[in-house]
Amino acid sequence: MKKIFERPASLKNVPTHYCSGCGHSIVHRLLCEVIDELGIREDVIAVCPVGCAVIAYEYWDFDCSEAPHGRTPCVATGIKRTHPDKIVFSYQGDGDLAAIGTSEIIHTANRGENITVFFINNGVYGMTNGQMAPTTLIGQKTSTSIKGRDPVRDGYPIKMSELLAQLPGAKYIERVTVSNPANILKAKAAIRKALKNQMEGKGFSLVEVLSPCPTYWGLSPKDAYRRIDDELTKHFPLGVIKDI
Amino acid sequence: MAKIMMCGNEVIGEAAVHAGCTFYAGYPITPQNELTHYMSFRMQEAGGTFIQAESELAAINLVFGAAAAGARAMTSSSSPGISLKQEGISYMAACQLPAVIVNMMRGGPGLGNIAPSQADYFQATRGGGHGDYRTIVLAPSTVEEAWDLTHLAFDLADEYRTPVMILGDGILGQMMEPVEAVRRHLHGKGTGLNPNKPWALTGCKGRKPNVIKSLLLGEGELEELNRILQIKYGKIESKEPRFESLYTEDSDLVIVAYGTTSRIVRSAISKARREHLHVGMFRPVTLWPFPETQLQKLARKTKAFLVVEMSAGQMVEDVRLSILGQRPIHFHGRAGGGVPTEETIVEMIRDILKPRSKKRVYA
Repeated sequence: MKKIFERPASLKNVPTHYCSGCGHSIVHRLLCEVIDELGIREDVIAVCPVGCAVIAYEYWDFDCSEAPHGRTPCVATGIKRTHPDKIVFSYQGDGDLAAIGTSEIIHTANRGENITVFFINNGVYGMTNGQMAPTTLIGQKTSTSIKGRDPVRDGYPIKMSELLAQLPGAKYIERVTVSNPANILKAKAAIRKALKNQMEGKGFSLVEVLSPCPTYWGLSPKDAYRRIDDELTKHFPLGVIKDI
Repeated sequence: MAKIMMCGNEVIGEAAVHAGCTFYAGYPITPQNELTHYMSFRMQEAGGTFIQAESELAAINLVFGAAAAGARAMTSSSSPGISLKQEGISYMAACQLPAVIVNMMRGGPGLGNIAPSQADYFQATRGGGHGDYRTIVLAPSTVEEAWDLTHLAFDLADEYRTPVMILGDGILGQMMEPVEAVRRHLHGKGTGLNPNKPWALTGCKGRKPNVIKSLLLGEGELEELNRILQIKYGKIESKEPRFESLYTEDSDLVIVAYGTTSRIVRSAISKARREHLHVGMFRPVTLWPFPETQLQKLARKTKAFLVVEMSAGQMVEDVRLSILGQRPIHFHGRAGGGVPTEETIVEMIRDILKPRSKKRVYA
């Protein structure tokens, strides 16, 4: 009998700590499928963020490092410059990349480091009980914006991918989502391209994934996925932002 | 042997290359800039990596990554910048990553000034960042000694898998002194990656994946890491204290000083000895581990101690903890970039050993 579907070898056969309907599990799986398909599991070194994916190394079956909050691209750069022949990526949430690590991601992209960044944007701090993130939409209720994000008090949802695309060092930036099967396939293709770019020495690549957080959006998983298509993609349009 | 002139900052850079450092990241701050300048071209010559980081936070975390990947890695800064690096130093201590951090201290607190200082002694020897950890702290007093201690720093870092700090000050960093010309290995290559790092992140070919982490959420896991760290620190405390003694055999007064200050004290002692004053010096070379037992032994031979520092009084606390009230401990310190003078120290020696009136005795 021919096996047509199986767990990727790069993904450990263990239950994750993610909430029901969380997008991290899907992105982890896509990432591991691509790593298997590219045959690079033994060459990959990942840097995990501080945030919900902090223990991603419990699920990934390849070399991993933690990093202080937001310094993830620096740790990845230190590894990549030491082992230019290895495939190094950072995996970061919106708190890690768009708030505390803004300086680090900008300068890593600006130096054109040949690493890959996976930016999981769910617009909220999931790990610490659902506070407002820099990417939280206007009017969205969180535990630090209980009446909804007010731009006068809280500023505006930041578009990191568009901001980073201004930098000559950034070679490929695409925003995808995992809101439905068609989008999941597009997300997988973007992940593959971002890793292949690094293998080909093209330079800094980043894939932003709009990801659901049913728990802190206060929605059922089904409604959370629908909210991505109905609301998130209006502010954060999907597609290739830069590819040179 | 021919000699050439180099400043402390440059010598540390050259020594690092010679010791096999292949990764340096730094951010400009006075008075350590000569080291960053030097590494910017020297790393390239030696086939290593130089990154001018966007901040001290970035620099220390670039070093974190390189160290996790198995490289001999170094960063340098001065006091305010070292405060920023403490986040990464704590993480590296917890993750048991070897690295060398150079602090050429300047006057503080705050932005302070760019004059020499020793006011980061507490920060360096007590861990500096959050959590129960220590870093080995080496304090060179001459440019020549900076060469040796830089090599030692990399060796100790690798041996104990822990961050090591080289603690100097603006004078040591910027003053030029003659060093053996052979110590400038132009175009020499670093020795590269140390193969004896089975824990390093190199890709999991032929082995189980390695993970570098300090997050330990399981019941008792973090307590166990702390236990392991404390055993390691205990071993360092028993094996690694280093010091220099000068005339301590026949001294009624022993001056305790380190780094640049010890050189001023040395001159003052020469002068006092010509006046037949029995004074000597105990110079800690490792500030942590502090050579406590060795200093304690002197309490039996000498009548009093004098601690001289470029701070409001920091190392003096370790001296008190070592002497445990057995002998009087006098103190002279200048903070905020002030430098103790030879004259003041000689006068203090005279006053302590031949008090003219009770008022003049320093306590």
